[in-house]
Amino acid sequence: MPPVLGLALVFLYPLVLLVQQSFTPLEGGTSVQPYVDVFADPAFREALGTTVWLAVGATVGCLVLGFVLALVIAFVPFPGAKAVARFVDVFLSFPSFLITLALLFVYGTVGMANGMWTDVTGAASGPFQFLTTPWGVLLAEITYFTPFVMRPLLAAFSQIDTAQIEAASSLGAKAPRIVRQIILPEALPALAAGGSLVLIMCLNEFGIVLFTGAKGVTTLPMLVYSKAILESDWTAACVVAVVNVVISVSLYGLYRVVSRRVGA
Amino acid sequence: MSGGDVGGGVGIRFDGVSVAYGSHTVLDSLDLTVERGEVMALLGPSGSGKTTALRAVAGFVTPVRGRVLIGDRDVTDLPPHRRGVGMVVQSYALFPHMRVEDNVAFGLKAQKAEKTAIPGRVAEALEMTGMAAYAKRYPRELSGGQQQRVAIARALAIRPGVLLLDEPLSALDAQLRSGMLAELASLHRELPDVSILYVTHDQVEALTLADRIAVMDKARLRDCGTPQELYRSPRTEFTASFVGNANLLPVRVGSGQVRLGEAELTVDTAGVVAGATATLCVRPHLVGLGEGANALRGTVAEVQWRGATHRLYVDVAGQRVKADVRELRVPPALGEQVVLHFAPEDAVLLSAGVSDE
Repeated sequence: MPPVLGLALVFLYPLVLLVQQSFTPLEGGTSVQPYVDVFADPAFREALGTTVWLAVGATVGCLVLGFVLALVIAFVPFPGAKAVARFVDVFLSFPSFLITLALLFVYGTVGMANGMWTDVTGAASGPFQFLTTPWGVLLAEITYFTPFVMRPLLAAFSQIDTAQIEAASSLGAKAPRIVRQIILPEALPALAAGGSLVLIMCLNEFGIVLFTGAKGVTTLPMLVYSKAILESDWTAACVVAVVNVVISVSLYGLYRVVSRRVGA
Repeated sequence: MSGGDVGGGVGIRFDGVSVAYGSHTVLDSLDLTVERGEVMALLGPSGSGKTTALRAVAGFVTPVRGRVLIGDRDVTDLPPHRRGVGMVVQSYALFPHMRVEDNVAFGLKAQKAEKTAIPGRVAEALEMTGMAAYAKRYPRELSGGQQQRVAIARALAIRPGVLLLDEPLSALDAQLRSGMLAELASLHRELPDVSILYVTHDQVEALTLADRIAVMDKARLRDCGTPQELYRSPRTEFTASFVGNANLLPVRVGSGQVRLGEAELTVDTAGVVAGATATLCVRPHLVGLGEGANALRGTVAEVQWRGATHRLYVDVAGQRVKADVRELRVPPALGEQVVLHFAPEDAVLLSAGVSDE
């Protein structure tokens, strides 16, 4: 059996089954009725909106934060810069829920920040309650995914000829202009690569949303989970999953087109 | 900031400048003045501190001691972007994502030059370096020599008072290099007030282009003078061998003559103590083959044909003497006994005290 066929059987066949199931209503047969039902469901629309804005917000946050941090690590000489750069690699290997747990320790209802507040003021509860809101999810996602942007950026920065930066400053350019006109253009492909990676991963993120315990925050993966496991509505779960896959794959396609344009 | 006052050109002064990384001194108390409009070559092998000296003027290294002055302005503590110097480096360092014209305009925009004046000054700088026809190209579409011209145009566009050239021709092939050398010379005639600090390890570039040459070795300034002075009467062994690859022969000094093995040689011994040992310095191309005044008898150790000349290596009294003679119809065989000679006025005697430095 050719290897491609083997791979297709193992990886693609389950996907085909999933798509097939999504077109099979409970009564049997094949129809688009499950899609019509799911799209009409306000819960699905809300989940779709939440997923997209969280993913886009987290990606923008990661790009900005990652760019600034990578700039500092690469161009501002400080003791331990190399160690920090290496830690970025280690960070990538952490499971995503670990970050969420860590944030719970700091900002959770009974976490350090709130604990200090209640100790000092004697109040019943602390002021930090944002962790169970979409903002908590956003914070956790930015914290966790920023290194995914920094990794390619640090690689790109190390390729920049320092003579160019010196030439620019000799010509009278201050740091902001050098960042904007010399460093940023050369880092664009790396930013595009890191950004689209983070966007896709955020769209599919499950662990972080689950662990923050944000009840009101339902993303598409959460919806798949609740439809399939809690409501045992396999068809609806498959429909949502297919939508999720379609969004991811089309974003990936878009990324390939864009990155080829930029010449990455 | 670097507007009017530098357009006319200013000098550069190193005032006891030392640069060190930890305990490693890379530039040791350099005192040197480049006059307004002068071309000063910093000549030396790699690791001699010449590039460090240039980078101290540009502001990319901070001296641990001493001051750097551009004109009468002490720039030691100024950041690079406030020094108003033009710099060109070996790797060109053009901005790859900008067209040629945008590369050249970069400094003008960074210094907030008047918007309407920018296109004219870009065109002027490109005209001066002969690159006007390439304004819309990207650096990757240009040859090495063309990229170097753009780099020079970019540095000149800000009308710097001083121009720093760091091995600007080292990445070019030999033929292109001599062409660019001539162009740099004519460029300097167009900008007679701009001082140029020219770092190179190539003595031909230094001799051709410089008004004066500062010879550097092991983080220190060894010698400084006009090309003719350094070439005809070097003051140190290092200068003599680095500039012009001279023969350095240990001799014993008498009065009005010196002794090399059995040979008595007539040279100017003024300023050297009789009875001492000294170093006799003779350029290979001033050594002739055959009998004459100041004859040296020896054995041919090697013969190299170099087209227009033959380079002979002859062992004389335990020393290997280099001689460049016009191409010989019948070059001597290895091991053959030959006689070399040189005119008394073509030799320079270096006393041991200087050469030990």
